[in-house]
Amino acid sequence: MFDLAGYGPQIFAGTVTTVELSLLSLAVSFVLGLLGASAKLSKNRYLRGGATVYTTLIRGVPDLVLMLLIFYSLQIWINDLTDWLNNLQDSIDFEVQLNPFTSGVITLGFIYGAYFTETFRGAFLAVPKGQMEAARSFGMRPMLVFRRILFPQMMRFALPGLGNNWQVILKATALVSLIGLTDVIKAAQNAGEGTFRTFYFMSIAGLVYLVLTTISNLVLLALERKYMTGVRKAVL
Amino acid sequence: MIYIIQNYWKAFLVTDGYNMTGVAMTLWLLVSSCAIGFCLALPLAILRNARNPLIWGPVWLYTFIIRGTPLYVQLLIVYTGFYSLDFVRDTAPMAAFFKQGIDCTILAFGLNTAAYTTEIFAGAIRDTPFGEVDAGRSLGMSQATLYRRIIIPGALRRALPVYSNEVILMLHATTLAFTATVPDVLKIANDAYSATYNPFASFSVAALIYLSISFCLIFGFKKAEEHFLAFLKP
Repeated sequence: MFDLAGYGPQIFAGTVTTVELSLLSLAVSFVLGLLGASAKLSKNRYLRGGATVYTTLIRGVPDLVLMLLIFYSLQIWINDLTDWLNNLQDSIDFEVQLNPFTSGVITLGFIYGAYFTETFRGAFLAVPKGQMEAARSFGMRPMLVFRRILFPQMMRFALPGLGNNWQVILKATALVSLIGLTDVIKAAQNAGEGTFRTFYFMSIAGLVYLVLTTISNLVLLALERKYMTGVRKAVL
Repeated sequence: MIYIIQNYWKAFLVTDGYNMTGVAMTLWLLVSSCAIGFCLALPLAILRNARNPLIWGPVWLYTFIIRGTPLYVQLLIVYTGFYSLDFVRDTAPMAAFFKQGIDCTILAFGLNTAAYTTEIFAGAIRDTPFGEVDAGRSLGMSQATLYRRIIIPGALRRALPVYSNEVILMLHATTLAFTATVPDVLKIANDAYSATYNPFASFSVAALIYLSISFCLIFGFKKAEEHFLAFLKP
């Protein structure tokens, strides 16, 4: 059944690209989400306003539109910036070329950062206030409070939302083949065009995604169990 | 940006002179796929909660496969995949259907949203308070009447907030239609970009259009919630 007509290595390489892309985007959006949630919960009015504009705009616009917008504009902006820098200093010839992979990571991270912001905001609010007060009364510094008290408890509340976001990111990487990245879909398309068996190879690509989402479901279940240590559930 | 709006406003909103394009096309995609999804999801959600594994098993498999793969892959399978099969090309009606980008898009979108909607409705049906079902039974309602009068109306009400999310996600998903040559808002923006080489302005116009459609949908669903969930008001 698994006769890949010699396209096996390409499809495998594409799968690796897809996984790398989603993991890196996850990391970027995770950090952006933490920053965004802190901004949304901060006392500074401008930070709060900025974060609200970010999450509202990003979540109201389709990810494909944002992806094309950022992918095509980012290179132009970078070119303008480097031109300006080159004019400033004639001696250095400075150039930055964005490849589809980097722009994919930046765009996906930027877009899903908004979703993570909302997830983390809810989770931060769910941590009991007394916990923070107790930590502070022990004389812990803000960073230490975050690391030892806030983050581990926040993760418990954030995990279901996080899992959802991860599944969405994984599936959103499919769009990056539209901006020229050779991921599993592009590899399957190439194979399909080469052998005139598009249906078969697209189904293989679908199967790859199905396996990836199933594996991540299992990992999430294990993580949930880890972060649930010490929680007593009501027995009905 | 002004140039793009002046030259493309008609294509962005209604028509490019030959076909329905832009917002009209996007809304048509949204409405038709959500209608297909809703009509498929209601019976599937009831079957999903059946006690017999032979009945809920296939429905579970369907939602598992659809929800585990990206919509783009599903669209590619329907649009380019089916047409590569010999028996599809040899059967005239099927060949005519799968040749049309818009037919394939609506089919793929409808099947996709049906799976998500099934899970939403199935969850809402599962959450029916047991008292309501007991009360219905005690009045001598048959199974069909029970579903028609008690379970389905209650479940749809309870599902409304989550379902509104699904509709907005579907609006965002319709942007994929431009890969199947359907002239929706994003396709027009892409055309404007190819003509002007001004990506920021062209895609920003599309982004603003999608943003306003999203806000209208959110407003509409809020009104619907106020109407249908009025009894939950404090």
